[in-house]
Amino acid sequence: MKRRNFLKACLIGGATISLGKTNKGWASGSFEGYPEAMGVLVDTTRCIGCRSCEAACNKEQSLPEPDTSFDDKSVFQAERRTTAKAYTVVNEYEKDKPGGPVYRKMQCNHCNEPACLTSCFVNAYTKTKEGAVIYNSKVCVGCRNCMIACPFNVPAYDYESVTNPIIKKCILCYDTRLKVGRPPACVDICPKEALTFGHRADLVKIAHERIRATPDRYHDHVYGEKEVGGTSWLYLASTDFSKVGFDTTMANEPIISNVKEFLGMVPMVLTIWPALFSGIHLLSKKNAHDEHGHDTESTQEDR
Amino acid sequence: MKKMIQHGLVIVDSPYQESGKKRSIMDKLLLGLTPSQYLLQAFRNPFNWILALIFAVGIPLLIGRFFFGLAWATSGSNDYPWGLFLGFGLFAMVPLSSSGFQLGTACEIFGRHDLEPIERLALLNGLLGYFFAVVYLMADLGQPWRLPYPMVVSFGPAAVLFLVAWHVSTYLSVQILEVSTAFFEWIGFPAGKRGVRRITLGLTVSGIILSTLHQGALGALFTYAPGKVHPLWYSSSFQWLHFFVSSLPGGLCMVIAVSTIAAKTMAWRGDRRFRENLDKITVTLAKGACMGLATYITIKLIAIAHDNKWSYIGSGWGQWFLVEIMLGFILPLGLMAYGVHKNKMTVIRLGAFATVFGVVLNRLNTAIITFNWKLPHREIPPWREVLISITIFAIYIVVYRFILYRLPILYKWKLEEEPATAPAAVRVTAAVRNEPNRVPVGSYKSMTELE
Repeated sequence: MKRRNFLKACLIGGATISLGKTNKGWASGSFEGYPEAMGVLVDTTRCIGCRSCEAACNKEQSLPEPDTSFDDKSVFQAERRTTAKAYTVVNEYEKDKPGGPVYRKMQCNHCNEPACLTSCFVNAYTKTKEGAVIYNSKVCVGCRNCMIACPFNVPAYDYESVTNPIIKKCILCYDTRLKVGRPPACVDICPKEALTFGHRADLVKIAHERIRATPDRYHDHVYGEKEVGGTSWLYLASTDFSKVGFDTTMANEPIISNVKEFLGMVPMVLTIWPALFSGIHLLSKKNAHDEHGHDTESTQEDR
Repeated sequence: MKKMIQHGLVIVDSPYQESGKKRSIMDKLLLGLTPSQYLLQAFRNPFNWILALIFAVGIPLLIGRFFFGLAWATSGSNDYPWGLFLGFGLFAMVPLSSSGFQLGTACEIFGRHDLEPIERLALLNGLLGYFFAVVYLMADLGQPWRLPYPMVVSFGPAAVLFLVAWHVSTYLSVQILEVSTAFFEWIGFPAGKRGVRRITLGLTVSGIILSTLHQGALGALFTYAPGKVHPLWYSSSFQWLHFFVSSLPGGLCMVIAVSTIAAKTMAWRGDRRFRENLDKITVTLAKGACMGLATYITIKLIAIAHDNKWSYIGSGWGQWFLVEIMLGFILPLGLMAYGVHKNKMTVIRLGAFATVFGVVLNRLNTAIITFNWKLPHREIPPWREVLISITIFAIYIVVYRFILYRLPILYKWKLEEEPATAPAAVRVTAAVRNEPNRVPVGSYKSMTELE
C-alpha cells in the first residue's frame, strides 16, 4: 500500500509540475499588452503620400539629411524600407489600379510581445507601459539578432559607424513626446488625419467602427490587432493587405511562441544528461575493471 | 619534412634529444630543426605560398574591417543582418566541431578505448572549430569589445542567443582543458596533466550537455524568424533537433576528413599507433556518421510531413532543397554505407567529405541563401566579405597545422616516466649514429627505414 501511495504521489506531483509549465506557457502567450498602452491607427485610405511624416520624424529624431528632399515623389518608384537614416518610410502601391494609388507608412509597429526584445541576449529592449519599444544602445553588442527576429524587417543597423554602431528604429518618440503624453511627431504633422493617436484598446474600437460605418471603403480587417500577438500600430486599408505591402501570412501568436519548444527542453537536458551519462560511464567502467582494460592503462599513462 | 627525415632528421616525440639531453622549448617549436632548416622547409612547401598570397590580401582587409567599419567590409544589409561571417563562420564551423564531445563521450564515457588514437585529434578539431567560430563572430559583431556583456553587464536570459553565448564560452574553456593534457605533456608539466585527467569525466559530461544545447540552440535561433527562413529549412518543433542531429555526422566526418588530409600531408607526424589504427577507426566513425545521417534524413522528412510542406518541393526552392539533401546527406550516406560494407576506405572518405559539404551547405542555405525567400532580391556577399572569410579560414588551417606538427595529437609522447628504457635506447642510437649501417631503434626515422 505504501509504495502505491508513493507512486501515486509521484504521478500527481509530476502532473502538477508539467501542468504548471503549460499554464505558464499559455499565460505568457496570451499577453495582450499593457492596459494603458498607447498606439497609432493608420488609415491608408486617407494617406496622400505627402511624406511630411518622414520629414517630421527626421527632424524630431535629429537624423541626417536625406539624399533627396522630402518633396521628391520619385522615391516611390522603388519599395523602400526603414534604414539607419529613416525610421519611417511611405511606399506607394496599386499605382495604376482603380482606387489607387495606395500609400502605406511603415515604421516600428511596437509589438505587444516584441520579437526583438525576446531575442536580445543583453536585454537592450524594453516595452514601456506607454506601449513604446525602446532600445538601450549602451549595452548593445551588435549581434543583430533583433533584425533577424523582427517579422516586419524594421530595425536597421548603423553599419557606417566604426566605433559605436547601434540599432536605429522608431521609438514612438518616447523620450521627447510619449513620456509626457504627447503624440509622436509623425501623427502631429499629418495633414489628412490619416494617423490617429490614442489608447490601443480605443483605437481597435475606432477601427472596427470605421469599417462598420463605411464597409465599402474598407477591407474588413484591422492589421496589427492580432498579428504576432498584436501591435501598437494598427492599419486600415481599402484592399487586401497583401496587395499593399503587408505580410498576411503571419500567425497570431507572438514570435517567441515558436522558440518555446526549444526553451522548454533546456532544463530537461541540464538535469537529465549528467545523471544519464555518469551512469553509463559507471556501467562501462565495471566491465573495464573485469577485463583489466583501460583503468590500469590510464593509471600508467597518468603517472 | 619527408626529405629531411630521409636525411636523418629525428622528429620530436619525447622530451629528450638523441644524446639524452632534454630538448629546449625552442627545439620543440622548430620541430628539432635549426632555424635555417626550418625556414627552408617552410619555403619549399607550395601550400605555404598559397597561404602567403591569401594573407597578403586578406590580413589588411581583416584589419581594415576594424578601422573602416562593417559597411566597408561587408554588405551591411539591413535585410540580411547575418552574412558570411556568421552564416559560414559560426553556423557551419560549430557543427563541424562537434567531434570533440562525441569522441570524448565514446572514449571516456562508453569506454571505447579502440578510438583513443584519434580522440585527441577530435578534441583539437572541436577546440579550434569553436575558437575560430568566435573569431568570425568577433569580426561580425558591431561592438566586439562588448562580447562579455551578456555574462557580466546585462542579462537577457530568455533569449536563445544568451544560452549560446554562455554555452560556447563555457564549452570553449572545457575544450581548452581537454586539449591541455597534450600541451602539458609536450611542455613537460605532468602535474597539470594529472590534474586535468582527474576531472576528465566531469569535463566530458559537461561537454555533452553544453554541446547538445548549443548545437540545438543555433538551430533554435532561426525559430525567431518563421516568416524569413524558407519553410523547407524551417520547423518550429524540430529546428533544434535538425541542427543537433546533423552536427553529429558533421563532426565525425570532419574528423575523417582532417585525419585523411593529415595522413596524406604530414605522414611523418603520425606514429605507428595512429597509422595502423586509422583505417579501422575511420570505419567505426563512418558507421556512427551513417547512423547520424539516416536519423537526420528521417527527422527532416518527418518535419516536412508534420507541417505538411510537401507542396514546396515542387517549387524552385524545393529543387534546391532536393539538391542539398541528395548531394549532402543521402549520397554520403550511400557512399559510407557501401564503403563500410565493402571495406573501401576511399569511398568512405569521399562520403565523409560529401557530408562536410552537405552540413556546410545546409547552414548556408538556412542562414543566407534561402533566408528572406519572400523578398525579391537575394544577397550576394561583396568581395571584401568573401576574402575576409577565406582569410580567417586560412588562419584556422595554419593554427591547426602548427599544433598538429608539434603537440602529441597524432602520436604518443614518449614519457619522461620511462627513463630506465628510453634514455638507454637513445644512448644506443647516439652511439650507432655515425656508423654506416644504422641499427633500427625506437625512433621514427628507423621505423621508416625498416619499411
